[in-house]
Amino acid sequence: MSLLSWIDERFPATKVWNEHLAQYYAPKNFNFWYFFGSLAMLVLVSQILTGVWLAMNYKPDAELAFGSVEYIMRDVNWGWLIRYMHSTGASAFFIVIYLHMFRGLIYGSYRQPRELLWIIGVIIYVLMMATAFMGYLLPWGQMSFWGAQVIVNLFSAVPFVGEELGIWIRGDYVISDVTLNRFFALHFLLPFLLVAVVFIHIVALHKVGSNNPDGIEIKKGPKGNKWSDTAPADGIPFHPYYSVKDIAGVVGFLFLFALAMFFAPEMGGYFLEAPNFEPANPMKTPEHIAPVWYFTPFYAILRAIPSIGGSAFPGVVAMGAAIVVFFFLPWLDRSPVKSIRYKGLVFKVWIGIFVVVFFVLGYLGVQPSTPAKTLLAQICTALYFAFFLLMPIYSKMDKTKPVPERVTK
Amino acid sequence: MSADAVDTSKRRFLTAATAVVGGIGTAFVLVPFLSAWNPSAKAKAAGAPVEADISKLEPGQMMTVEWRGKPIWIVRRTEQNLKDLPTLNDQLADPDSDVPQQPEYCKNEYRSRKPEYLVAVGICTHLGCSPAYRPEMAPADLGADWKGGFFCACHGSRFDLATRVFQGFPAPTNLVIPPYYYLSDTRVLVGEDGEAA
Repeated sequence: MSLLSWIDERFPATKVWNEHLAQYYAPKNFNFWYFFGSLAMLVLVSQILTGVWLAMNYKPDAELAFGSVEYIMRDVNWGWLIRYMHSTGASAFFIVIYLHMFRGLIYGSYRQPRELLWIIGVIIYVLMMATAFMGYLLPWGQMSFWGAQVIVNLFSAVPFVGEELGIWIRGDYVISDVTLNRFFALHFLLPFLLVAVVFIHIVALHKVGSNNPDGIEIKKGPKGNKWSDTAPADGIPFHPYYSVKDIAGVVGFLFLFALAMFFAPEMGGYFLEAPNFEPANPMKTPEHIAPVWYFTPFYAILRAIPSIGGSAFPGVVAMGAAIVVFFFLPWLDRSPVKSIRYKGLVFKVWIGIFVVVFFVLGYLGVQPSTPAKTLLAQICTALYFAFFLLMPIYSKMDKTKPVPERVTK
Repeated sequence: MSADAVDTSKRRFLTAATAVVGGIGTAFVLVPFLSAWNPSAKAKAAGAPVEADISKLEPGQMMTVEWRGKPIWIVRRTEQNLKDLPTLNDQLADPDSDVPQQPEYCKNEYRSRKPEYLVAVGICTHLGCSPAYRPEMAPADLGADWKGGFFCACHGSRFDLATRVFQGFPAPTNLVIPPYYYLSDTRVLVGEDGEAA
């Protein structure tokens, strides 16, 4: 009896291997957009690994935190590399996830029967944002401190219970040592929750099967391919075909990642902001506060909404809604086709508007506010929500093209 | 009823009762975990009142003391400043301080106990940045109508020298006036209302 069969009688090793890799049939027409799911997992693993290593030298103490990060950068062997892998990795994570989400958007990967898969994905995105936000406080620089101050005060804007809620989150009347210590604990915990939710995301994916650039359900198409008579004709086994393809993606990604990490780890103040090289000072707000780039579209929406009736809450609601609206996407799209390849001009124009608006909001979020820029942010905010809320109308009236029976190249 | 027949309604009742009792127990266990996030006894003690010596403050100057980790501004306003304040009323969101952002004894024209001295929490009511003191008249970046006040660089909110917010800016309310009282002519205690409230 071989070792493998001894294991298989006690643990479904071969069964899991086959069901999820060697005999898992994915559509054969994946293009480069399909790299980003596996790349996101790679970055998550890298973030956990480098994060645990950083935690070995980092001190979550308001007196020591800033110094311990500088200690990692200067004195710990290869500490600078591990820290830059982690800080560049945070931005890379969001780049990869935004591209992954955009893939879903253009190919209709959120449509029936993948609604739950999409929702789990949005949960991952929200968890990621929480993790990134808490992690940004840890270096205890000026931008860490004041960025956290602004975000925690979002909760304080909630009517009636806001003040108490803010104090509860901070554990103090201001962002302090207590806050830093608990954010460190949570920043350590959340990535493991992320791993669990990513696992659930993949379980859901393998239940419904991958979408593809044509938006065709290969499970509903003809059966029988080179490997199996019962598998979809348009499917190929994930391993070795897509495992090898993903390795090509990894090589390309690591090439760009290394370029950023070695030659521009601060990315001109976008990955690591300049005020963060100064220790946190609760008595002095930096001239201009901007979150890290991956939050700026939502931050611009927050700033675009003026306070109404003596409360900053409407802006907070708009910012929250800008994220929550993603959960409803599966039910907003009423187009008879899934993929942008067969959608009409109206939908393509709206996707184009959405992308432009997202970038413009992202740019406005790092800029100091002026009346002209606030007006532009308000227009972009309106278009941002129009993209989602008008979708039931324009996706229905859009002139679509006929979808072929089988996947194309 | 025979001995081996299953009484399903009784079983359902017992299952539900067990679940409810378990749920209540879980809710109680949550209390220490949630409560542990509130400020500790040490953090609360650090929120004790602070004393400020204002004897060296010249007209037009501002000093900052720290109370509960927040900057507390003390500004000695000039005669001109005090005359300017009522002229701004129609540009302000809440000129009469109707929103309770101040102790009762500071709900007046100058939002202070003594007109000359302003005591305020230097944290923007929008999202908690600390605005900058801009006492100069009509600087280039704030416009010709500027009569001195505070400008929040984060999101552009403007406040006059009684920390009342101007209309049309993100901050929803006037800045907070902390509880304070004069221990003597030159000493202020921030954090307590005092007896002569």
